[in-house]
Amino acid sequence: MEALFATVTGFLAASGLYLALRGRTFPVVVGLTLLSYAVNLFLFSTGGLTTDGAAVIQAGKTHYADPLPQALVLTAIVIGFAMTAFSVILAMRVRGDQGSDQVNDQRVEDAKEEKS
Amino acid sequence: MQHLIILPILLPLFTGLAMLIKRDATMQPRRTISLVSTALLVVIAIALVIKSSEGQISYYALGDWQPPFGIILVLDRLSALMVCLTSVLALGSLAYACAGDDKKGSNFHGLFQLQLMGINGAFLTGDMFNLFVFFEVLLIASYSLLMHGGGKDRTQAGFHYVALNLAGSAMFLIALGVLYGTTGTLNMADMGLRIAELDPERQGLLKAGAFLLLVVFGLKSAILPLYFWLPRAYASAPAPVAALFAIMTKVGIYAILRVYTLVFGDSAGDLANFAQPWLWWFALATIALGGIGVLSARDLRTQVAYLILISVGTLLAGVSMDRVASLSALLYYMLHTTLVSGGLFLLADAIADQRGKAGARIVPGRGVTQPALLGLAYFVGAVSVVGLPPLSGAIGKALLLNAAQPGEQPWLWSLLLLSSLAGLVAMGRSGSTVFWKAGKPDAEGPRLKPSMLAGLILLLGASPLLSLFAGPITEFTQASAAQLLDPGAYTQAILAPTAGGGS
Repeated sequence: MEALFATVTGFLAASGLYLALRGRTFPVVVGLTLLSYAVNLFLFSTGGLTTDGAAVIQAGKTHYADPLPQALVLTAIVIGFAMTAFSVILAMRVRGDQGSDQVNDQRVEDAKEEKS
Repeated sequence: MQHLIILPILLPLFTGLAMLIKRDATMQPRRTISLVSTALLVVIAIALVIKSSEGQISYYALGDWQPPFGIILVLDRLSALMVCLTSVLALGSLAYACAGDDKKGSNFHGLFQLQLMGINGAFLTGDMFNLFVFFEVLLIASYSLLMHGGGKDRTQAGFHYVALNLAGSAMFLIALGVLYGTTGTLNMADMGLRIAELDPERQGLLKAGAFLLLVVFGLKSAILPLYFWLPRAYASAPAPVAALFAIMTKVGIYAILRVYTLVFGDSAGDLANFAQPWLWWFALATIALGGIGVLSARDLRTQVAYLILISVGTLLAGVSMDRVASLSALLYYMLHTTLVSGGLFLLADAIADQRGKAGARIVPGRGVTQPALLGLAYFVGAVSVVGLPPLSGAIGKALLLNAAQPGEQPWLWSLLLLSSLAGLVAMGRSGSTVFWKAGKPDAEGPRLKPSMLAGLILLLGASPLLSLFAGPITEFTQASAAQLLDPGAYTQAILAPTAGGGS
């Protein structure tokens, strides 16, 4: 299970990183989203992978899962979700303001050069 | 007052929430509430500084869950000092914003207060994960504040800033996961203890996490290879926001200072003080690059942004020397540089406003409407930021130069003095272009409103005050530095069961 988990997390992170380095806003946003998925999975695994473990203390149980990473990952998911929504809106705004979805729009740079 | 420690977080939170009521109402009540709340924050911060100056480290356990399990806020000299600095800077930029900049977009005051909450929280927390959460709070508020007022340039700079910081947050979480996975705790004091007795086999993993964390903090504080977002973001942000952002790089430096003295400090075994030698070279390179950037800037705001970059390098050089003298010098310099560069952003905006079409660009153009007043302010700001005596920049730099040991002197002295020279040349050139090569001013042009002037005086006037009261202030920073370099006392205060201060 550990090997599968690690491979999936690594693959997600690699794809996210690749997309985040692209030149257009949409792949960048998707890449950042994938990266945050990979991070969430990674955080989830930091307490060790357990199956059938109880998260809250119960009488007669000896097998427990670490509840703290679950709480952390919940926080990270909420923040990541909000940030994805924000960056999608922002990417649309960039598209609307500049008439192009390039992250580094050369036309804006040129206009700025001429001005100064 | 046992709840005093949490007030710098709660007060901006509730003020920010109150701004959401009747969002379409007139501006005046919100301005008043915002100003009163920020002034109150200054009072609270001063009370915190007085409380911390007794030398005791006190903590506030939320929900009375005691450390290392509960979430705690910690008050020591350093955090009190940083909260105080933030509140004064915020009051100055808020006063400037109330002259009309807050009307250019929606929700300025609410976002401003939430940003203050995030910054104060980051300074006060004693828990790694909460450091992340407060970083996110301040970043989310800063994303919207950066784009306040809109415009092509701002949205593009904003997208770069958001994308970079999202990637930074992802790395922060990975680093936290690694640290939690190896040490099994998130409380900073407890983590420091656990690292000392860590299984040597896991040390490599821990070191990777620690380096990743350093990269994240480096991104926030804009050290050399990670600074590219700063000049553009700061130059395109609205003036009061850029002034408040002057503290943002310092949040990164504070985090480096806190984590790499407390968690990876002297007691961390093989990992003790591993970050400081790395920081040294990056800091020197940042100073050198900042000096070149200042000379090449063609816009007053970009120029100030590069001056901030020089100050970041200077501060990090102080961090990496890791001695009471250097840390004390850097804390004094931090007070000076944050307030003065914040004031210079406001001043650049005021100049741009009065010059009409020429704006903040460093070209001969129309003269400013109030040349005497703005010229005087520019003179004070330039003298102070470049580090000429008698103002505070000179004292801060002299203290730092004095703290260098013979092996470090050739590097630090030459680079710091050369970058000051570059700053001097650049500020002199742009000042003479803007004020002396200027054409006739427009007599009917916009003038400084009283609240703008109040903001400018508060931030730029801090420099003479800092040099006037340099004695007591350096005593305080000296004590803070000594406290910072004694992680044992910190751990003792937080984790010993008999320790007082918990409530």
